[in-house]
Order: sequence, then C-alpha cells, then structure tokens
Amino acid sequence: MRHLRTATSLVALSLVTVPLAACGGGGGGGGTSNDAFKQHLTDRGPITYVQGKVNDNATHAIIAQWNKLHPDEKVTLKEQTDEADQQHDDLVRNFDAKNADYDVVSVDLVWTAEFAAKGYLQPLTGDLAIDTDGLLDSAVKGAQYNGTQYAAPTTSDGGMLYYRKDLVKTPPTTWKELFDDCKIAKQAHIDCYAGQFNKYEGLTVNASEAINGAGGSIVDKDGKTPTVDSPEAAAGLQVLVDGFKNGDIPKSAITYTEEEGRSAFESGKLLFLRNWPYVYGLAASEASSKVKGKFDVAPLPGLDGVGASTLGGHNTAISAYSDNKATAIDFVKFLQSADIQKEYMEKGSLAPIRAEVYKDPALVKKYPYLPTLLTSIENAVARPITPYYQAVTKAIQDNAYAALKGSKTSKEAVKDMAAAIQAASSGQ
Amino acid sequence: MNDNAPGSVATAPARRRLPRRRAGGSSLDPHEKRRALLLVSPAMIALAIVIGYPVVRAIWMSFQADQHVENGFFVQGGFAGLDNYKHWLLQRCGDVACPPGSTGSSFWEVVGITLFFTVVTVSIELVLGFWFAMIMNGKFRGRGLVRAAVLIPWAIPTAVTAKLWYFIFSYDGIVNHLFGAHVIWFGDKWAARSAIIVSDVWKTTPFMALLILAGLQLISDDVYEAAKVDGASAVQRFWSITVPLVKPAVVVALLFRTLDVLRMYDLPQIMTGGGAGDGNDTTTLSILVINETRNGFNSAAALSTITFLIVFGVAFLFIKFLGASATGAEPKAKR
Amino acid sequence: MTTSSRWRSARTYLGVVIIVLWGLLPFYWMIVTAFRDLQFTFDTTPWPTHVTLDNFRTVFATNRGNHFGRALLNSVFIGGVTTVIGLTIGVFTAYAMARLRFPGKNAILAIILAASMFPGVALVTPLFQLFRNIGWYGSYQAMILPDISFVLPLTIYTLTAFFREMPWELEEAARIDGATKRQAFTKIMLPLAAPGVVTTAILAFIAAWNEFLIASQLSSDKTAPVTVAIANFTGSKPHVEPYTAVMAAGTVVTIPLILMVLAFQRRIVDGLTAGGVKG
Repeated sequence: MRHLRTATSLVALSLVTVPLAACGGGGGGGGTSNDAFKQHLTDRGPITYVQGKVNDNATHAIIAQWNKLHPDEKVTLKEQTDEADQQHDDLVRNFDAKNADYDVVSVDLVWTAEFAAKGYLQPLTGDLAIDTDGLLDSAVKGAQYNGTQYAAPTTSDGGMLYYRKDLVKTPPTTWKELFDDCKIAKQAHIDCYAGQFNKYEGLTVNASEAINGAGGSIVDKDGKTPTVDSPEAAAGLQVLVDGFKNGDIPKSAITYTEEEGRSAFESGKLLFLRNWPYVYGLAASEASSKVKGKFDVAPLPGLDGVGASTLGGHNTAISAYSDNKATAIDFVKFLQSADIQKEYMEKGSLAPIRAEVYKDPALVKKYPYLPTLLTSIENAVARPITPYYQAVTKAIQDNAYAALKGSKTSKEAVKDMAAAIQAASSGQ
Repeated sequence: MNDNAPGSVATAPARRRLPRRRAGGSSLDPHEKRRALLLVSPAMIALAIVIGYPVVRAIWMSFQADQHVENGFFVQGGFAGLDNYKHWLLQRCGDVACPPGSTGSSFWEVVGITLFFTVVTVSIELVLGFWFAMIMNGKFRGRGLVRAAVLIPWAIPTAVTAKLWYFIFSYDGIVNHLFGAHVIWFGDKWAARSAIIVSDVWKTTPFMALLILAGLQLISDDVYEAAKVDGASAVQRFWSITVPLVKPAVVVALLFRTLDVLRMYDLPQIMTGGGAGDGNDTTTLSILVINETRNGFNSAAALSTITFLIVFGVAFLFIKFLGASATGAEPKAKR
Repeated sequence: MTTSSRWRSARTYLGVVIIVLWGLLPFYWMIVTAFRDLQFTFDTTPWPTHVTLDNFRTVFATNRGNHFGRALLNSVFIGGVTTVIGLTIGVFTAYAMARLRFPGKNAILAIILAASMFPGVALVTPLFQLFRNIGWYGSYQAMILPDISFVLPLTIYTLTAFFREMPWELEEAARIDGATKRQAFTKIMLPLAAPGVVTTAILAFIAAWNEFLIASQLSSDKTAPVTVAIANFTGSKPHVEPYTAVMAAGTVVTIPLILMVLAFQRRIVDGLTAGGVKG
C-alpha cells in the first residue's frame, strides 16, 4: 500500500516537470488560416491518395488509368480500415502531425467542415479552383464551409425506399400511405418497415430524414443554431416512434444497420426498407435473395408528400501539407470527370455527382434505379455542416434513440437534441 | 524502505518463505543496490517511453482548454484550469448542465457501468477460473489437450471474438435459434450487458485459470497428503492449504483482470457501440474517451486522467482489502 | 478403485468435458461460419451448410492488397521478440524485486502497476507522434517496444509472486556446491520456476499477438500483423461486412497458436514439473 502512496507523490511531482514533455501536444492546425495554404501550390510529383478500404471494383482501375497517363506524377493508394470512425481518427492524427505523406484524401461529407476549420484542407480557390458546372448542386454545397470550397465532391449517395412490387401495386409517397400498406405485410405474415435505427451514424441519417420529411429541420442555415425543437420535428420523429410502438417497425430493427435490414428484405421478411443504392444490385442477383424480380425502389416518403433523403457521399480534398498540390488538383479533377464518374457507377455502383451520368441511357438500362436515385439526391438535405459535427451527431443519435426506445417522448427528445446541439456548437 | 510493507501484494507471502529477510534486518548492501538498479532499469526505461510520456502529456493537456472556432477556424483554447475536470465530474457544459446527448452528461452513468462490468465479470471469472484450474491440475488423460482447449478463447484476437459473439447473439443468430427465443440482445439494456459479460468471461477466464493453475502447480502433493493424514476434510484442505498457497497468484490475476476490465474497449465498442437500453447503457470509460477525442483532445485527456485515477483508486482499495487479509493469520500448512 | 475415487474421477471428467465445451463450442461456430458461403452468413443450421473454401481464399488473396500470409509471419515475429525480450527484462526485474533489497522498491512496484492503469486507447496518438518523429513509423520496433511495455507489468508481478514462493534454500545449496550466483539462478532456480515462466510467456505472447490499436496506426503494409490484416478485410460492396471471411481469418489465426501451446505444454511444463517441485 505504501508504494501506491509513493506513486501518488510521483504523479504530483511529474505535474511540475511536464512542460518539458508537452511540446507537440494535441490540437495543431489552428490559426485563422494555415501558412501551409500558400506553399507548394505549383509543385508537381508523385502523390499519395488516402481513402477507406476499397470495397468497389472501380478505384484500383481508376488509379491505374491515371498512373498510365501521368508516369511522372504517379498516385499511390493508401487504404485505411473500412471503419468510418477509424478513418476519421487516422486522418486527424496524420494531419495533426502535419504529415506530408497524405496528399489527397477522401473525406466523408460530414467531416469536411471539421477538417476545414482545423486548417487541414487546402482551399480550392485561385489556381486550385474546381469547375462546378454540371455537378449536382447538393454535392457541391456539401464540400463547402463558410462559403469556401474546401473539397471536391466525388461520389454522392441518397436513400431510397425499397418495396415489394409483387405485394404493393403503387409505392407509398407519404408515411400515412406507407403504414396503411402495413396491412398487406400482416396478411403476408412479414414485417412492414425498417431503416437503420441502431445507435450509430445511420440513426442520424434516418432521424434527420423523418424530421426533414415532416417540414422540420435540425439546424439553421448557419450550421449551428439548433432549430430542431419544433412541433414539425417532433411530429417527424413521432412517425418512427409510433411505428415501433404499434409494431409496423419490428422491434429488432432497433439493432439494424444497413446489413441487417438488407438481410431481412432479401429473405422476404420485410415489405418496405429504407436503404442505400448498393442493396439494389445485391437483392437482384444474390443466390440467397428471395426477392429477385419482386422489388423496386421509390423516393422516400414524407409526412405530407414525398420526403427528403439525407445526403451521403464522399468529397476529395487536398492536404494543406501536401508537397505537390498542382498534381493533387489535377488528380481531383480527374476523379470528377464525366468518364471517371461513369466508371465509378459502372464498376463500383457509386452514385455519380454529375446529373448527365444519371441520364446515360446505357447506364439507366443496366441500373433502372438511377432516375429515382437522382430525384433522391437532388432533393436530399445535408446533415449539419459544422466543425462540431461529431458532437452534433451524438446529440441527434442519443436523443432519437431514447425516443425510439420509448424512454422519452418525441417532444422531449427534440428539446434535448436542441440543447445538446447548442452545447456542442459552442464547443462545450 | 521496508521490504515487508503491510498489505503489499507481492511481499506478503515472502515473510513466510524467507524468514531470514526480516524487516529492519541488516543494513543495505551497496553492491546489491547497484545490481538491483541495473536489473530494474530496462523495464523502467521501456515503461517511461511507452506509458510515462503519454500519461504526463495527458495530464498537462488536461489543463488546457479545447480548441474553439473563431472566424471559422479552430484556435487554441489556452489555459483552462480545472474546467475540463468540471466538465466531467460536475457535468458542466460551459455555463449550463450538460444536456442529454452530450458526452459530459453520461459521465457518472458510464463510471457506474464500467464498475458494474468490472465487479461482475471479475467475480465470475475468479470462480470459474479457480474451478477450471483445480480440474486441470488433476491427473487425467489428455491434460495437454484440455489446457490447449481452454486457451482457445484467449488466443482469438479480441476484435474477432467481438464479431463472433455479435454474430452469435444477433437477432437471427444461433443463440436465439437454439433456444427458440426472440431476444433483441443488443437493444435491451440488461440483455446487451449480459451478452458483453458472457463474451468477456468466455474470453478471459482462461487467463485467470492459467495463472491460478501455475500457482497450484507450486503446491507439493505432500502437503495434501500430510493434511489428509491429519484428518482434514476436502473442504478444510481447500480453505487451509490451497487458498492461502495460491493466493499470491490469484491476487495478481485478479488485480490485472480488474485493471483490464476497467479499461475495456473493444468488446462493447464492436458489439453495441456503447449503445443499447437508453442509448449509453454499455458505454465504458474507454469508449467515452475515444468518443471525446473526436470532440477535443484536451477534454479527452482530462477524461483519460480521471480514468487513470479511478483505476488507481480501485487498485488501491483492492490491495488494501486483499493485502490486509493476506497479512492475517499465518497459514497452518507447511511445505 | 474405491467408490469415492471413482466418484472423484467421474467428477473430474465431467469438469473436463465442461471446460472443453466452453472453449470449443463458440470456436466450433466460428469454424462452421468460416466454411459457409458469404450469402448465407446468417444461416443458423447448427452444422456445416453451404460449405465453401471461398472465405479462406479471400483471407489469403492478395489482389486487394491484403497479405495475410506475411501478416501471420509478422505476428509470429513481433510476438516472439516481445515475449523473449519482455520475459528477459521481466525476469531481471522480478528477481530484483523478490530477492534483493534496495531503496525505492515499493515505488517501482507501484509505477509498474500504474502502467496498467492508463486507458490504452489514449496512448495511441502520443505514441504515433513520438514514433513518427523518430522515424519508426512502419517499423517492427514501433510495435515491439509498446508490446513489451504492455506485457511487462503482468510479467513482473507474476514472476515476482512466483519467485517469492520458491524454495531459495536450493540456491544457497548450489552455491555451497561451488556454483556462481548466476549459475545457481539459471541452472537451478529458473527451471524450478518453469510453470510460472511458461505461463507468463504464453500470456505475453498472446497479448502481443492480439494487440491491435498501436499496430493499426504504426504498421505499414509490410509490417502489419494479423489483427490489422483482419480489420482490413472487406467485402466487394460498401456496408457488406464479410463476417464469414473474418471468421475464416480467426480460425487461421487461432489454430497455429493452439498447436504452439500444445507443443509448449507437453515439452516444457509437464517435463519440468515432473522432476521438479512436485516430486
């Protein structure tokens, strides 16, 4: 016991000596603007492109094409894990160390503001500006922070309503119509509706869709003033709460991420499913799918009319610490070009950011859901664009989850959400 | 320095073994001292780099405010005094109480959950581990195979273990299937906690069993034989011979398991993401630390420091409690 | 055989069965899943169905940038070096703790224990910065040094406890017979401590084998251990987690470890204890 007491005094002692060790303490970036913004703007040379683990058949091929065209400015791919949180933390760690190894990075839509505010991302202005002509407006805005373009949209994503066309003649456009159709599910002895309700980013997406679809909103245009404490937002959330309460949404859906929902839908146990486009190809082709040829997609329902999807997707950004920014911007533009966008869609089922690609007849023939997806993305609502996104999304998730579990009312939930977003946005 | 400080885990039994090294004995031998420092220094250097440096750095950072946004960019927060500690201990978010859905609001709940996991899993592991060790210490065919089998759970990387059990306990998984149940394991508070406890106990009981087994192997059969001749029953033999003699090994195993569970991260993170129940019912302190690093390094450093102090406190009580009993009545048994 | 001893051996075997089931049942499910077609991941038939070797092919496939075979070797190397160095340092320290008298001993014991009290997740960022700055990024030592530090507290405490329990009179006896202090320790005492040392070695090796947090940040493609390789498995579609491949990888990772433990158990523990303390 004595030795613990001794250690206590040692800890106290070390407090005095710490400043020695403290140099290089966390944080970094910082400052109203980053000096690194002005450096290496015209330099060219080999670069590294960082993204989460490649799980499509497009990315490797696309990089190979670039390397063939630019033998002196080769791109090396650095793959992170496929966990979004780990990708985020890895980027922060490397930016924070002012690491010049990461030249071009793939940034989830919702991290863009945080990274921009930390001074990690090279503003795409002046010589580095991108041409936004022909790009989907929502995707372009999703890569801006405080009116400056900090990243280039590369792939987009939007939610769709999957439904069993063998059981439902016309897809519902409102929540009421959807839940009215639940009697069909009952007759067929299957569950009615599910989305992503586990407590993770998917819940933020689904709760936002319910709230936005009912005419509510999460935050004001400034990205930080909470507006979620409103009767509309509560009514939107209440739709999901009621669904759980009366069994139209199966109880097990509280643990659903994308995959559990897809599995339920493919095994024929679900009438309606909110999910991303990736499900389409799998449900249509997998040997284990029991709904081949029996399903279709529609835009998400809202309270009084067609709803609004939450916008998904990835931006590509240039690190402020890159040594070869001229090459980097060329590569970013290359990824945005119409041909590459088409390739992303064809080989990787990644939603393009150019409207024209959605209308390509050959692609539409192969992917009949493209027009629906375009509608979804064009009407999609972005999640709050705020440097405090991590805290904001927790505020949404925690309180929405509590409402779905019935431990607080929708009204209390949106009130707490607003308070927590307020606290988060003031950096507390 | 007193070699036999009362209550120190490792020194307590030494008095039994080495009566000649009594407290307050002959004066210190300088050669011995130099040799000791030489032997100890590699360990201390490794620990200073890998653990000491980050700990000291975290303590320093915990007194700095997190960066905040000015004119759209993050700027350094400057000296914060105890604000980061108030954020956690008093659950203050600036001038207001932390609202539900902020990391600060869940602090005490998370402390409770972490302690709950610790008490329950370590207790179960102790009982099971002791029992496993007793059986494995017996003489039977295929001992080596059994010892290998018991190690399987410990040998599987934690991330894989977590996914395995996530899978086993999923709604459409094998547990619900075998028992014809419809339990939503990761949605309900107690079901989720039970699932995490089962996985953790499954994974780490072998650790406990193995350390206790090694302790049991030090006990000579003669001791038991002698006690048997003296007419001691099996129960008496267990409490008066086995328990006191393996106690040092058990205490070490218990202590390290306790420290580990108090810092548990992977299992609950992968299985529930800290969710279930009302939303944070399986969040441990380490999960909260990671969540907080995404909000601010300095407040996260304060939380790491608090966690460190909590673990320190538990270890202190632990040693005080177990150490006190270890210095009690001398065991009757002799080798 | 008397009734009571028959009853006792029946009880022992019942216990043995329970222990084996404990270890093997979930592992069995892991293997069944590992051999199952990805599309039937959630099939709950308790015996193998939709059997395929695809998952193992996925595990060892290199076309997606995974090099599981190399990762296995890396893990063996990192774990082996960690165990040898960690145990050597641990034996030094534990010997000093158990046998020598010197000032500050209790403080040192406390510091060693305190090293196991800081949340491991909070070590990653500072170590990342430290090792980057000194150019250790992607090197083996960037993983081995932290691994050694992680196993040291347990190693030292276990070994100290064991050393204190040992009959040191034998060491004195050996010295009277003319052995040096070092000889007496390595030839007589260390073999006697074998159960404790081997157990500690196994625990240390597995701890290093399982380490993920540090390795995920500081290893390169060439030095990545299996835990990192497993985390990098991926399906061919976003969101689709290849559980079956992860289970296959888990199987591949676990089996060599079990074989190694088996070899260790038979040769060392049983062999040494037979003629040692137990005699």
